[in-house]
Amino acid sequence: MTDLAHATRHIPDRLDSPARAALYSWPTLLLIVGIVLFIVNSLASPYFLSPWSLSDATFNFTEKAIIALAMALLIIAGEIDLSVASIIALASTAMGVALQFGVGVPGLVVIGILTGLLCGIFNGFLVTGLGLPSIVVTIGTMSFFRGISYIVLGDQAFKGYPPGFDYFGQGYVWWVVSFEFALFLLFALLYYVLLHHTNFGRQVFTIGNNPVAARFSGVRVERVKFILFCLTGLMSGIAAVLLTSRLASTRPSIAVGWELEVVTMVVLGGVSILGGSGTIQGVVIAAFIMGLVTFGLGLLNVPGIVMSIFIGALLICVIALPIIWSRTRRRATR
Amino acid sequence: MKTVIRSREFWLAAIVAVMVIATNLRAPGFAATDKLAGIFNDTAMLMILALGQMAVILTRSIDLSMASNLALTGMIVALINAAFPAIPIPALMLFACLCGLALGAFNGILIWLLNIPAIVVTLGTLTIYRGIIFLIAGGQWVNADKLSPAFVQYTRIEFLGLPALSWYAIIVAIAFFILMTRTSLGRAIYAVGVNPTASVYAGIDVGRTKFATFLISGLLSGFCGYLWVSRYVIGSVEVAKGYELTIIAACVIGGISISGGVGTVAGALLGALFLGVINSALPVINVSPFWQMAISGAAIILAVVLNARGEKRGSRLILREAEATS
Amino acid sequence: MTLPQRKPESMPASSTPRITLSGITKTFPGVRALHKVALELYPGQVTALIGENGAGKSTLVKTMTGIYQPDEGEIRIDGEPVTLSSPHAAFKLGITAIHQETVLFDELSVAENIYLGHAPKTRFKTVDWGLMREKSGKLLKEIGAGHIEPDTRLKDLSIANKHLVAVARALSIDADVVIMDEPTAALSYKEIQDLFELMELLKKNGKAILFISHKFDEIYRIADRYTVFRDGEMVGSGLIADTNQDTIVRMMVGRSVEHVFPKQETTLGETVLTVSGYCHPTEFADINFSLRKGEILGFYGLVGAGRSELMQALIGITKPSKGAVRIGDDIAVIRSPAAAIENGIVYVPEERGKQGVVVDMPIVQNIALPSLRRTSKNGFLRLAEEFALAREYATRLDLRAASLSQNAGTLSGGNQQKVVIAKWLATKPRVIILDEPTKGIDIGSKAAVHAFMSELAAQGLAVIMVSSELPEVMGMSDRIIVMREGRIVTTIEKNDGFDAETLVRAAAGIGEKAA
Repeated sequence: MTDLAHATRHIPDRLDSPARAALYSWPTLLLIVGIVLFIVNSLASPYFLSPWSLSDATFNFTEKAIIALAMALLIIAGEIDLSVASIIALASTAMGVALQFGVGVPGLVVIGILTGLLCGIFNGFLVTGLGLPSIVVTIGTMSFFRGISYIVLGDQAFKGYPPGFDYFGQGYVWWVVSFEFALFLLFALLYYVLLHHTNFGRQVFTIGNNPVAARFSGVRVERVKFILFCLTGLMSGIAAVLLTSRLASTRPSIAVGWELEVVTMVVLGGVSILGGSGTIQGVVIAAFIMGLVTFGLGLLNVPGIVMSIFIGALLICVIALPIIWSRTRRRATR
Repeated sequence: MKTVIRSREFWLAAIVAVMVIATNLRAPGFAATDKLAGIFNDTAMLMILALGQMAVILTRSIDLSMASNLALTGMIVALINAAFPAIPIPALMLFACLCGLALGAFNGILIWLLNIPAIVVTLGTLTIYRGIIFLIAGGQWVNADKLSPAFVQYTRIEFLGLPALSWYAIIVAIAFFILMTRTSLGRAIYAVGVNPTASVYAGIDVGRTKFATFLISGLLSGFCGYLWVSRYVIGSVEVAKGYELTIIAACVIGGISISGGVGTVAGALLGALFLGVINSALPVINVSPFWQMAISGAAIILAVVLNARGEKRGSRLILREAEATS
Repeated sequence: MTLPQRKPESMPASSTPRITLSGITKTFPGVRALHKVALELYPGQVTALIGENGAGKSTLVKTMTGIYQPDEGEIRIDGEPVTLSSPHAAFKLGITAIHQETVLFDELSVAENIYLGHAPKTRFKTVDWGLMREKSGKLLKEIGAGHIEPDTRLKDLSIANKHLVAVARALSIDADVVIMDEPTAALSYKEIQDLFELMELLKKNGKAILFISHKFDEIYRIADRYTVFRDGEMVGSGLIADTNQDTIVRMMVGRSVEHVFPKQETTLGETVLTVSGYCHPTEFADINFSLRKGEILGFYGLVGAGRSELMQALIGITKPSKGAVRIGDDIAVIRSPAAAIENGIVYVPEERGKQGVVVDMPIVQNIALPSLRRTSKNGFLRLAEEFALAREYATRLDLRAASLSQNAGTLSGGNQQKVVIAKWLATKPRVIILDEPTKGIDIGSKAAVHAFMSELAAQGLAVIMVSSELPEVMGMSDRIIVMREGRIVTTIEKNDGFDAETLVRAAAGIGEKAA
């Protein structure tokens, strides 16, 4: 290390080719899990492989997955939003109220999405403006947002959404491809580009890894985080439109417990809960895996609650196994 | 005396008292002793659970699986009681504690030995434990006609005018107070939360301390599992669903800092009581109970804002005059 | 508490050492922190450990408190060889340290801070608060700190009082060896005098004290012996009474200053940066200086003199209360690091791991981070441009790495520093501020950083270098500003000749009446 020879040395850009690196990555592991599940499912149930049942399978995860895309960015940046499901409830309630005033389909959609965005702004202000920890803030807003729904609705429900509104949650774009699913694929692509191919995405990773160094490097940390909260609110608003349209009704208990499912999806997708790393590919594959498990077991008449055991175990295993594996390997090489 | 007035617990107690008095003005009779005892009894389980959660949060972790642990343990003891009504209830209660302890130990082991973040582990076990309820009960409910009368009575027997459930909470609170303030473990829990690095220097095993807190939260969840089924006379998959966040809410309102090291037994109890009083007061003053959720949400946000203001710290001072004037 | 019996009043070198360290060597990847050092501490005496920053003092303290294990060497306590395998082991053997930034628990009470880990117990094995409070009160009174209530929360105490608590803790574990690592750094004159009285008391109680300080008046006031470290080696030790300040300063700065420093002569250009009337409510006051193109301006001072705080205000991390910054002739308003970058001022921070590199991200992304706007197009990343930029600056700085996609955290300290400097140079700044640029890095990288710094100045960049290392600041600077307690005390031009003793005296305030 002490030779001071000023020979210009060449440092290669990479040692592994990008393709090789991708091969050993988390999404690849997930993809294998996904394919195995797919095969097991198609062997276990003769109905599984029909295009229409596969299409049906997408409905049970697309809305959650749409939120998971934005949540992934938020968790990578070292924050979390536990109020997403409550934002759905509030946005859906806002649409229901607007419905009572005779607002048309385009108006309903705008109101749903805007409500989501406003909720995101509120969370973002509390976290970045006042410097509060996001986990408690969003536990608070989680009760608060859904609480407003309960105040408005009580044990009632809004029904009677106008014809045409059902398209968002029930319509098909082409053949078996539902509008929801197409929208999810579009957003997945957008978020992939945003996270992995823009300056903004790079800043998100930097903040998650080291917020102090990011700030010293001229990254406007608070602003980026604020935008992420807004995006998460916005996506929840969009999910609210889809879900309300699919169910054709609004109850205050809509989407209860989704926040934890969304977080599970994100963590399963390889995003570190401590922030700083993760991929959109991983989250998308994790969404499919969760969809496949739910749907496949559903075809075998396994109730939803049992599937949740599987999801929970999967979450712990995919995180614990690599740790155990690397430890035993380290011990072996010692 | 000055420090008492400056403490969060004092203000929280004052707020709870004001709420009770104000409600009493609108609806006389609300502050009657038996009514207040009723509120206390309704809040007993939340208090016990909030204490368990507090121990975990103090070490900078979180336990999201408490409500699932509670529901699972509750179902197990309910099934045992339905099958073997002859087993004495105190034995069942002890079994519930052990069962909860085991579930807590599972969380704790993963967190201690594999160093997986507590939020991930307990997010997983949250769904796993609740799923297992369905498996062992085959989707059935256990209700009043299957449970033995003794099973139901053990939370209801009155002693000195208070139901047994209230006494359990009082006993747990006293035990917890001793644990947190009089034992090495209690002090280690605070030390780990305040300054993990310095704790290592002082010879404290951080991982093992966290493990111990998950044993505590598990044990209390298990105990509440029995209490819940006994009190509401129902065991099902839906028991206490979503309650994990109510428990955390009680802690946050009670001034327990999510970043660890700050919080007291009194705070956790008052946080729970605050939610309990709101629950009971709303119907009495003719506000729809549907307001309850929004109000507790607003209370959490307010509590976080106020706590954060109290936690601001000064930096090191270099200038002499700044030091003199500060 | 049982105190060892008092030693007779006159206790010269005749007594045997309580703790003896010999042949201690400690190496970190790329850096030899300690090389065969020896140290003896005698009961009832204060030994001053003197040395520049980076001389190995804090490594030695960490070795003595069980945080680091030495690679070689032996530690004996009262003649018995011991192994300090953990902080707890050191604690059990009666060694305690009062750190620069005292490591205690802010949210816990004074009594708990004193007794954490060895609290008195009742019959039922529970913590005996009554006894703990009583014993704490007694201890505090014993050290003349009866005004501190055992029940107060530590965070409500001043720094001086926190020190008193730390001292009480040291006494409570019946420590024989007390290490005081720059205990006076943040204290006022009155508080320092109180601390000295306390140290006298500890001496009387037969404690062996290691006292680390940069301030010579303090060393002469309290110490009986001295040991001088330089570059991880022990260069001298003896009785304070047998020596004088000049000898010690010479030992400290010993090596010839010229040989390592490749400073090129440059002609200075026009003024780029002017700072006038710059004040901060608590950290610094009344700062005026200007900086010219091609100049290297050194900022010398003791740790805690307010230099880093001043620099961080200049780049918009903290807010100044008064004063103006001009870039060229224009007033620059810098409220965030992003604005500083736009104005061409960049800062290479002292805390490299925390504020400089993002350890879990590749080198290329670290380097490109502040230049993203240039390497990207319409907000979209262009990886080829990023690699080109990183390659260019990595080569210029002679970075040693296996690949540019390697995580920055896997590099040695010196190479991490090169990554941080590369990252800032890539923004093409006009002014670069380097805060302790060679702290904790190996000699090879040090030389490379120095060579590069000089080259930059020659190319017309204006450089501010904050450094506490005398040879560095004297070897590299065209002009040196000395700061003490948040103020500029003197400015020395290179033409007037730099002199180590003058600088040390100015920084430590020797030769004046204590303020």
